[in-house]
Amino acid sequence: MKFLEIVTESFGTLGLNKMRTGLAALGIIIGIGSVIALISLGTGSQKSIENQIQSLGANLLTIQPGGQRNGNVRTAAGSNTTLTLEDAKAISTSSKITTVKSVSPELSRRSQIIAGKNNTNTQVLGVYPKYSEVRKISLSSGVFITENDISSIAKVAVLGPQVVTDLFGEGADPLGQSIRIGSQSFKVVGVTTSKGGSGFNNQDDIIYVPLSTAQKQLYGVDYLSSISLEANSADVMVDAQNEVGYLLLERHKLSDPTKADFMIMSQSDILNTASQVTGTFTTLLGGIAAISLLVGGIGIMNIMLVTVTERTREIGLRQALGAKKKTIITQFLVESVILTFFGGILGMMFGILTSYILSSLMKIPFAISIPSIFLAIGVSGAIGIVFGWYPARRAASLQPIEALRYE
Amino acid sequence: MISLSKISKTYKNDGVETIALRDIDFEIKKGEFVAIMGPSGSGKSTLMHILGALDSPSSGRYFLDGQDIATLNDDELAEIRNHKIGFVFQSFNLLPRTTILKNVMLPMAYAGVEMESRLEVAKKYIDLVGLTDRINHLSNQLSGGQQQRVAIARSLVMDPKIILADEPTGNIASDQAESIMKIFKDLNKQGRTIVMITHEPDIAAHAKRVIHLRDGRIVKN
Repeated sequence: MKFLEIVTESFGTLGLNKMRTGLAALGIIIGIGSVIALISLGTGSQKSIENQIQSLGANLLTIQPGGQRNGNVRTAAGSNTTLTLEDAKAISTSSKITTVKSVSPELSRRSQIIAGKNNTNTQVLGVYPKYSEVRKISLSSGVFITENDISSIAKVAVLGPQVVTDLFGEGADPLGQSIRIGSQSFKVVGVTTSKGGSGFNNQDDIIYVPLSTAQKQLYGVDYLSSISLEANSADVMVDAQNEVGYLLLERHKLSDPTKADFMIMSQSDILNTASQVTGTFTTLLGGIAAISLLVGGIGIMNIMLVTVTERTREIGLRQALGAKKKTIITQFLVESVILTFFGGILGMMFGILTSYILSSLMKIPFAISIPSIFLAIGVSGAIGIVFGWYPARRAASLQPIEALRYE
Repeated sequence: MISLSKISKTYKNDGVETIALRDIDFEIKKGEFVAIMGPSGSGKSTLMHILGALDSPSSGRYFLDGQDIATLNDDELAEIRNHKIGFVFQSFNLLPRTTILKNVMLPMAYAGVEMESRLEVAKKYIDLVGLTDRINHLSNQLSGGQQQRVAIARSLVMDPKIILADEPTGNIASDQAESIMKIFKDLNKQGRTIVMITHEPDIAAHAKRVIHLRDGRIVKN
């Protein structure tokens, strides 16, 4: 019997018993589909977290003072007072720095803010105008802190949307109103657009004031809590980190880099940490997917064993009519391949569709993990083929009369 | 054409030996119509399966058309069944939900016959058994008698040396059984060798020669 004829015959046989074929295919579809959907969801949520971090600025470097060292006791990072406005100016003017585009010195404190009868405790950030550029801040109304505000030590403030809600109520227009930070009165000149985020990183619950005002009028200090830098591109992040690091070591008269009184963190460092976290998450989902692959595989195995064993008599008849062992095994193998192939394609579509629907419901990016597709189809396909082939081989090895009499 | 010498068959089931056939010797010549008779458990089915190369004897020699069947491997046996033996089973054994035409063509498919001559030959034998008007019906849409006629047509397409019929009328209403037997008699008149198993004396009466089996031995030939 020619191979092509066996293939045609196999299609015919599969079409004969639609229920049996449908159930066998369903096992494969569910097995493959669930694996693809689960892994795609994992990849999607990983992307979602990466996107959020990227939106903070991919070329961003942050310099923070190191912790204070008293003997063997080291205080928390960021609590030192070694970072100054002169450092920031040196970075932006030094000829040794070639890879930094913008420099934004910052002083961050928490204060009690009062407007009329309402008050809130939030982060007050003294900034330069460059801040909006480096941190990708945009305004929903008014203007950001200007050079003029810096030089005139103006008492103006730009509010995050959360602060507006807390102080003036939802959707109110605070432009021109005055608020009090501590005991001093500030005029609201702008409101930023919402950026989302939560906890320590809530960029909506913040008040921006001119850095000079924060240092001289509000808190009476001359140091900075951080300097944000924007590198020329994501490719020169490491160069920028090194250039700025050596400049600051020199300025702080330190010869040993391990004793540095500052830390430079890049967004990619944070990204790496976050990726590790979401990587664990994806591994977890992968584990669940592996279990469903196993369960799906056992389902495929069972239905294949049953459908082929049920046809032992048919195998006996075919042998009695002159079918050779090889012909019979080929026929059943081809049937299994057809089943797992089409079941695999349907399962893939089912998985992709499921993950598309779920990711739009969960508002995470829709991402398809190509290796997961190959893995799912490969494993289920192999199981389907092996467990279609094995009972067929067993039946074909029986004496024809034993197969014919099989109950 | 068929020659059995000292054929024995022993089954082992859970350590218990059952002897189905003991030292069977006989010959069947070309053109004969032989009925093998005996009560159930007499070994007639086992004998039939050995004659059809569906089962192998425990000992003894079986020559079919000059060939020693015992020396052949599985694939060679499949070829013998395909080319030299036509089977008619008690339970018809047609492929379910498959057209009559396809059922009848199946042995030719395994023999690798060209599609054109397959159709031609199948139609010829379907006509012979009088089912031309149902050629595209599915096997399970037919009555028992009609199914058995399809099975007879299927047994003939490879022009076998011998037709083996195992209780061919066992599952058929008696009025249709007569027409089945008529087909066998006509085939025999055309010179075909037929070996039939039955336990009904009136069916066996159609044969020219009757072999009686009891407890695995020939008691009357």
